Amino acid sequence: MSEHNQQLILEGQHDENQYLTFMMAGEEYGMNILAVQEIRGWEDVTAIPNSPSFVKGAINLRGTIVPIIDLRLRFGIADNEYGPLTVVIVVAVEINGQQKVMGIVVDAVSDVYSISEEQAKDVPDFQDSDNAEFVHGLVNVGEKMVVLLNLESVLNLE
Amino acid sequence: MSIDLSQFFEVFFEESLEGLDAMEAELLNLDPGNEDMETINTIFRAAHSIKGGSGTFGFTSVSDFTHVLETLLDQIRDGQRALTAEHVNLLLKSVDCLRGMLAALQSEQEPDLTEADEIRKRFEVILGFSEDTNSCNSDIEETKSENTYQIDFKPHPHLFKTGNEPLYMISELAELGELETQAFYDALPDIDSLHSEECFLAWRFFLTTTKPESAISEIFEWVEDDADIDIVLCGGLFESDLSDDENNTHQTPVLATNEIQAERPVSETQASAPITINTSAVKKAEPKKSSDSSVTSIRVGIDKVDSLINMVGELVITQAMLSQIGEQEITESTITALQEGLAQLAHNTRDLQENVMRIRMLPISFVFSRFPRLVRDTSQKLNKQVELKLLGEQTELDKTVMEKISDPMVHLVRNSLDHGLETPEQRVASGKDPVGTVTLNAFHQGGNIVIEIMDDGQGLNTEKIRDKAIANGLIQDTDELSSDEINELIFMPGFSTADEVSDISGRGVGMDVVRRNIQALNGSVEVASAPGVGSTFTIRLPLTLAILDGQLVKVAQHTYIIPLISIVESLQIDISKVSRVGKDLDVLRLRDEYIPILRLYDIFNHGGAIEELDKTLLVVVESDNHKVGLLVDDLLAQQQVVIKSLEANYQKVDGISGATILGDGRVSLIIDISGLIKLSGLKRPGSQDLIVEQNAVGGAA
Repeated sequence: MSEHNQQLILEGQHDENQYLTFMMAGEEYGMNILAVQEIRGWEDVTAIPNSPSFVKGAINLRGTIVPIIDLRLRFGIADNEYGPLTVVIVVAVEINGQQKVMGIVVDAVSDVYSISEEQAKDVPDFQDSDNAEFVHGLVNVGEKMVVLLNLESVLNLE
Repeated sequence: MSIDLSQFFEVFFEESLEGLDAMEAELLNLDPGNEDMETINTIFRAAHSIKGGSGTFGFTSVSDFTHVLETLLDQIRDGQRALTAEHVNLLLKSVDCLRGMLAALQSEQEPDLTEADEIRKRFEVILGFSEDTNSCNSDIEETKSENTYQIDFKPHPHLFKTGNEPLYMISELAELGELETQAFYDALPDIDSLHSEECFLAWRFFLTTTKPESAISEIFEWVEDDADIDIVLCGGLFESDLSDDENNTHQTPVLATNEIQAERPVSETQASAPITINTSAVKKAEPKKSSDSSVTSIRVGIDKVDSLINMVGELVITQAMLSQIGEQEITESTITALQEGLAQLAHNTRDLQENVMRIRMLPISFVFSRFPRLVRDTSQKLNKQVELKLLGEQTELDKTVMEKISDPMVHLVRNSLDHGLETPEQRVASGKDPVGTVTLNAFHQGGNIVIEIMDDGQGLNTEKIRDKAIANGLIQDTDELSSDEINELIFMPGFSTADEVSDISGRGVGMDVVRRNIQALNGSVEVASAPGVGSTFTIRLPLTLAILDGQLVKVAQHTYIIPLISIVESLQIDISKVSRVGKDLDVLRLRDEYIPILRLYDIFNHGGAIEELDKTLLVVVESDNHKVGLLVDDLLAQQQVVIKSLEANYQKVDGISGATILGDGRVSLIIDISGLIKLSGLKRPGSQDLIVEQNAVGGAA
């Protein structure tokens, strides 16, 4: 439903949306910039018992408990040592009607692009892939290809 | 000049609901035939404000309904009608009905008017509006025939300033019947001295209507003090009156009927519009609890706010002092000053925290107040005579706790009425007062609030409970249980001793749900009972849900918090008293008990913890009357922690009740003991017994 809404909003706004992109295992991924709350450096987290491996733990974000998701592990990419460039992007998404604030660990933040919904619609048939639901669209920016993410399904842990 | 009234809706709903609560309480105090005028006045005032408010906000269904109610109350107040028990019952019903209507309006739905219409009809029958009951009708005004009234209305000059508009009253009059209007403008001053905010006009109306005089005086009710109003019933013809007038008063009448009469059809269609909407059946609006909680507000005493302001003032001073120290060069003396400042800051913060918590504290009378009605209705249904005693109504507790404790209490009180108290005949037979007593008592004890629900009934029937428990397979018939242990059985799932299922209690889902709800609030419930003397249910609750006394423990490199309230003791394990049960469960014999050892690192899947039993510590905790030992690497500090939700941004984690932030800013998780026991697999689904205990029993037999 939220995707549908998003599209409606997009149509109202000259069909263009800004995307924050980040690097992960050499690939560039993008997410709607309106969902981004802040970008932080990596800090130690408190582990949550019996959570899936991609849930690194929880941090204290000015008094709120925020879970941290490692996107590499979520996508099944080999995990990486956390380095000085490793960042946590704090996003607010609506999952099952509830607004949730979560952090996602990525290799590095890259750029901000304006991308029209027309361009983003070009989704190849991923039927075989487990990660198909995570992808909102693919888009070419200059020579590069950017994978636009569907944050709601990426962060829906149920 | 249009004001968005919707911003006041919440206030209106809140005040109306408060008004209804007051009405209900007063109605329950009424003793027909011996009623206290002040009580009736209070009820009348409550009804009147609800009517006024709903009228203002355009909730015609509510104001129309309240109107009939108010008319009856008015007559009782004026002594025109004697109060009967039937009136009280009907008024109580209409309080419920109004609550429903308000709840519907609050969730922006059209209220269901079928019940309201039914009650209104009954009111109208009492009031004699409909033809079939003329017997009790003593007022001449209330006859069905048409009457013509002469109404002199001379507003005082300041009428407009009180916010009243004569034109509205006139159009309201026009709705009652045929209206002829004369306006007198001879009081008008010269144009120079004319003040646009003052009223110099006066009117005389001739109204031909079937409605009673009270309906007319009603219209002018709000301006009674701001105008001279004279309503006279004139039996004669309209024309003769008019001519009489002209002769007598020598004033210049102006016929102004045209405007008013032109307005009538309009207002009539307006008035009928809501009715057509109402008939299109709208489903009964259940008040949505979830949305309610987001908009509720609490009233806070000004003294509490003042003390908060004082403390914030002190906090600001301390902060200023500290920042001043921070700007200085660091020397021996500044460090001392800094330490003093920090101590003061800690003191300020603690005071502030305590006082902010006090804001959420409300007297428990908010919960108690619903019981008089409940007891009245239930005892009538059961044909029992019950006196309800409320003690400690001013005891304060957290608003959230209060909201959640209300349902379990209702259940317990109903149980006392249904199962606890005997019928009057039985009571007399056993030499008791035919009137049974149910006492609700609340008081503080340590950091807890204790609520007792006592009845002087027959007490729990231990024989029956035992038989039932055996029949349900909860215990074996060879088990030797003390009567206290037997009484505990009523809190087991699927237990009910009622001989037959009634709609009051006895669905068999009761007591275990009560216990579970109370445990969800970190509280406990116990029962004490003596045959023939009565039973007492004791609920213990923490004063607040926001803060908890915690024991910090170390498991591998992780810090967890165990609620201090559930810790029985902490000890080093004597390895010679540990034996292995089954495949991988260690049990410690501690005095006469067998304590299963739960390895926290194992349950939480943390590597790198100490595994040797003799090098670790065991924290013995109790939950649901079962003791288990939690194996931890080390005990750290004890401190008060502020509970934060982990679910808000993540999801429910088994064995964890929440999170908190430690002094160093790190997150630490709070262990949920009963969840942990379930997670460890010690408790079989649906069973109340730990596996170990069953094994122990099996071994003994």
